[in-house]
Amino acid sequence: MEPVTTIHGRAYPFGQKNVDTDVIIPSHWLKTITREGLGRGAFETLRADPDNLFDSVEFAGSPILVAGDNFGCGSSREHAAWALLDLGIRAVIAPSFSDIFSGNAFKNGILTVVLPQAAIDRLIEVAQSQPIHIDLDSQTVTTPFQDRFAFDIDPFRKTCLLNGLDEVGLTLAQGDAIGAFEDTVRVERPFLAVGVGS
Amino acid sequence: MATTHPRTLYQKIWDAHVVERRDDGTCLIYIDRHLVHEVTSPQAFEALRLAGRTVRRPDLTLAVPDHNLPTTARRDAAGQRIAIADRESAQQLAALERNAPAFGIRYIGDADAEQGIVHVVGPEQGFSLPGATIVCGDSHTACHGGLGALAFGIGTSEVEHVLATQTLLLKQSKSMEVRVEGDLGPGVTAKDLVLHITGVLGAAGGTGYVIEYTGAAIRALSIEGRLTVSNMAIEHGARAGLIAPDDTTVAYVKGRPYAPKGADWDKAVAWWRSLATDPGAVYDKVVVIDAAAIVPSVTWGTSPEDVVPITGVVPAPDSFADASKRDAAAKSLAYMGLTAGQAMASVEIQNVFIGSCTNSRIEDLRAAAAVLKGRHKAPHVKWAIVVPGSGLVKAMAEAEGLDRVFVDAGFEWREPGCSACLGMNPDKVPAGERCASTSNRNFVGRQGPGARTHLVSPAMAAAAAVAGHLTDVRDMI
Repeated sequence: MEPVTTIHGRAYPFGQKNVDTDVIIPSHWLKTITREGLGRGAFETLRADPDNLFDSVEFAGSPILVAGDNFGCGSSREHAAWALLDLGIRAVIAPSFSDIFSGNAFKNGILTVVLPQAAIDRLIEVAQSQPIHIDLDSQTVTTPFQDRFAFDIDPFRKTCLLNGLDEVGLTLAQGDAIGAFEDTVRVERPFLAVGVGS
Repeated sequence: MATTHPRTLYQKIWDAHVVERRDDGTCLIYIDRHLVHEVTSPQAFEALRLAGRTVRRPDLTLAVPDHNLPTTARRDAAGQRIAIADRESAQQLAALERNAPAFGIRYIGDADAEQGIVHVVGPEQGFSLPGATIVCGDSHTACHGGLGALAFGIGTSEVEHVLATQTLLLKQSKSMEVRVEGDLGPGVTAKDLVLHITGVLGAAGGTGYVIEYTGAAIRALSIEGRLTVSNMAIEHGARAGLIAPDDTTVAYVKGRPYAPKGADWDKAVAWWRSLATDPGAVYDKVVVIDAAAIVPSVTWGTSPEDVVPITGVVPAPDSFADASKRDAAAKSLAYMGLTAGQAMASVEIQNVFIGSCTNSRIEDLRAAAAVLKGRHKAPHVKWAIVVPGSGLVKAMAEAEGLDRVFVDAGFEWREPGCSACLGMNPDKVPAGERCASTSNRNFVGRQGPGARTHLVSPAMAAAAAVAGHLTDVRDMI
């Protein structure tokens, strides 16, 4: 996974509350075999409107999404995070997120930034014409107008994102411990170590 | 690590798989067996490929297609593959066929004799073993708990995590004992028992728990029956079910293709026998069920908890204490086209499905065939299919002549797969029609858009086919 240090660019001034995973990616997209390409299905129902934000000349391809309360509620489909990523979104700023979505986003290197509604309102105003800057190390969101909003993040997740460590990468770093465990199993419970054979 | 205090079966398996314990209680748990199918694995393989990662233990991984496969012939007379009409299904199947060998994983192909539903294939091949940790990107992985394995479903990122590291980061669940005392009556099967348990606990009753099923009625079950019970642990909310390994388990596993051999076998049996819950071990919750009080069970609604005895009636929504359940029940009755107070045994059916990871093993087919022998499905029953859980189950049934019994009774005899349990392949129940189904979920649209599912045992499904309506199989045996 790519390390996340700063995210800079235009932001979709989206603002909707209770955006569920069916809105982010409708269920008929789940029969796919890749994580990529789901950007085409991202916000599909909203994008049926030719004047939608996501396909507008000004905002298409923005790396940041500014949304309302309870973003990502609904099902556990990891496709929601994959769809945002494929659309080019690297960070979502909202007053709150569903737990499952924020976990899935984190597993895919998408930064979820929680800020109070007043800050969201200001960012939506700024985003109409100007870029937004997110600095993970200092945990701040800033604008060209000298706005500065501090945010909290779980220290473990921060470390993972800053260093580009996904959970798989982290566990792979425990390879010696896993190897030692396997050695013990080969001695104590050899019947479990065989599987389908080599 | 010497532990002297009494431990449950769950605790013993957990303790034997901790690679590392962290300060917050999270454990890195070693996974002994990983089953892979075509629906939840493509993105995991793709992630490995993009990151340049390999599968840590391909030898502990087994891939088999099941969800998307049509249950009609897969090869033509010339041995050529018959193309699958649904392009996306074909694509998901092709991805697994490509990914498994690319990552060094043993792949059982669509036309191989061993092919079948992952949860039938694992135990049948001796790949799933007692005391093992077993995962699969499928919630019915709980099934393998019938052998005394700690088995549960995982998401796609976790599939990737297991492929790459052979471990998962987990927090331990609470433990529940569901003790089934006494004996099941004639014509009452493992399926009736687990439907009854689901009705008692509710669809979320086991949430946060791993359930160990104990008691005389559980001990008396064959492994096929135990797999049926544990399979539906997820339907009462438990991520995993467990049944302690015993003589029945040891006899079942012995001699299977991937079962331990020689000195390993003796060591394995000794360890399996040590896993039973110690006297004095404490569960977080205990529920006691009286087996003798259970009659053949059917579902009336759109949640697996909507269970009544076949001798009962469709409940009135007002009869539920909980307001949200009253509301859900009213919606269920509308969807199911049923009226409160209607006798369950009067409900006419048009379709019968015998199959799924819950009920497609040889014992299930024998039970259904015993009812159908010398009988025929009712004229208005349009579609009745039997889908063996694997090619080996199919071959065994044919050797016993069961296929003739089914065909003579008006059933179609199909190729193995998930079939009409879920709407991912061509086997679907038409909108507005009813199906007596041996599967595990009666959700809205599960067997096809608008389909109305009544969950039953294989014997009850056979009886419904003959009568043309849900009926008490005990009147036919």
